[in-house]
Amino acid sequence: MSTEITKEATVEQLLYANILEKGMYFGLVSMIITFALYVSGILPSVVPLGEIANYWNMPVHEYLEAINQNFLQREHAPTGWAWLTLLGKGDFLNFLPVAILAGVTIVCYAAIVPGLFRRGDKAMGLMALATAIVLFLAASGIVGGGAH
Amino acid sequence: MGSNSRGGVLFASLMCALLMSPAWALAEEAVAMTPPVADATWWKWPVILLFVTFVMGVIAVLGGVGGGVLFVPIISGFFPFHLDFVRGAGLLVALSGALAAGPGLLKANLASLRLSIPVALIAATMAIVGAMVGLALPTHIVQLALGGTILGIVVIMLTAKKSAVPDVPAADNLSSALRICGIYHDPAMNQDINWKIHRTPAGLATFIIIGFMAGMFGLGAGWANVPVLNLMMGAPLKISVATSKFLLSITDTSAAWIYMNKGCVIPMMVVPSLIGIMLGSFVGVRLLKVAKPTFIRWMVIAILGFAGLKALHKGLTVMGII
Repeated sequence: MSTEITKEATVEQLLYANILEKGMYFGLVSMIITFALYVSGILPSVVPLGEIANYWNMPVHEYLEAINQNFLQREHAPTGWAWLTLLGKGDFLNFLPVAILAGVTIVCYAAIVPGLFRRGDKAMGLMALATAIVLFLAASGIVGGGAH
Repeated sequence: MGSNSRGGVLFASLMCALLMSPAWALAEEAVAMTPPVADATWWKWPVILLFVTFVMGVIAVLGGVGGGVLFVPIISGFFPFHLDFVRGAGLLVALSGALAAGPGLLKANLASLRLSIPVALIAATMAIVGAMVGLALPTHIVQLALGGTILGIVVIMLTAKKSAVPDVPAADNLSSALRICGIYHDPAMNQDINWKIHRTPAGLATFIIIGFMAGMFGLGAGWANVPVLNLMMGAPLKISVATSKFLLSITDTSAAWIYMNKGCVIPMMVVPSLIGIMLGSFVGVRLLKVAKPTFIRWMVIAILGFAGLKALHKGLTVMGII
């Protein structure tokens, strides 16, 4: 294990920063594009733009039930990763860049774990691995619900 | 009156005009009624949101606070959006700001990955718990707790001191074992600063509460991260501020997934908010050279105090207490 402390960022820190930077820019550019497709009406949306104001003041469970009943008529309200099946709709397409922005940190963690173990930095490697698992569980919907 | 004072008065006038506008009365009414017809003026709230978050972005930079801590109390207090969606958007606002700043701070070695890894494991895990609890509780209870928390943040901002380079006589055993230390160059002092931390177990334990509150209220947590990293654990102020900003990208990621999986994302709210805050931040950074930070800081404290009282009022009104 390297013990030298320098002014320069470590290899893992730079790797993390580079992935984070690329993911952040990709997510933000995607967000601008998908939002433009949504508000311009190029893509149809599940909730018509003129009616969205009727729903955003509801608690989330009522909102989901209402849009499911009024527009989607599915067996379940669209929670968890159900937005993937609605990517053709302008409003749900915007979940994609949000998922990219919320997902890039998981990729960063997954990328630094092997290097930490390779350098014998087991404690940090284990904690980074545990954090990646926690974030993955949150993203999957296994923890916190919404996984259908 | 100097240009600094004029700038401050301009901001104060702008915020007063925004908060006292008759539009807020409409926001209150909108909560009470849900018209079943199409609204031709649906676009007005996203446009107002874009404008308000732009001003918020400017003030956040000048006041030295994160966007999330201003976003949640103000938007939930004065806009027609339900608190569930405001908290989801607030987390994404804080997350985007942290993602934008994180790479630069890591590359400059001001944000410490080694300090962040143990803290983030605890804070991110507890943010998930906080998000789940926050979404399970009745809205008025969360509103009440949010009001109390915001007023607590005001007290922290009024009383917490900062130490540029805290005196850390010796690193504790845990931070030594994990090699949480570093060197950075401080241009102001024109010297390299060797830093280490102490009281690591107590500091990490504090992040149990900080992570929980970040997830529960969607606030971001820079207001708590910095004092704990700087005053309790002894990290230099620059390292604390940078590491705190980077930490938000991890803590808020875990909670953001919970809110997203529960469906608490309305793009018509989220995207204008992100664009407004980011544009405001760019302008704020440029205004930083001419603005009077002390005045802006007092203004942020006043705005937060007002928004905290408004959240308390909302919660107590629903409970029938006032």
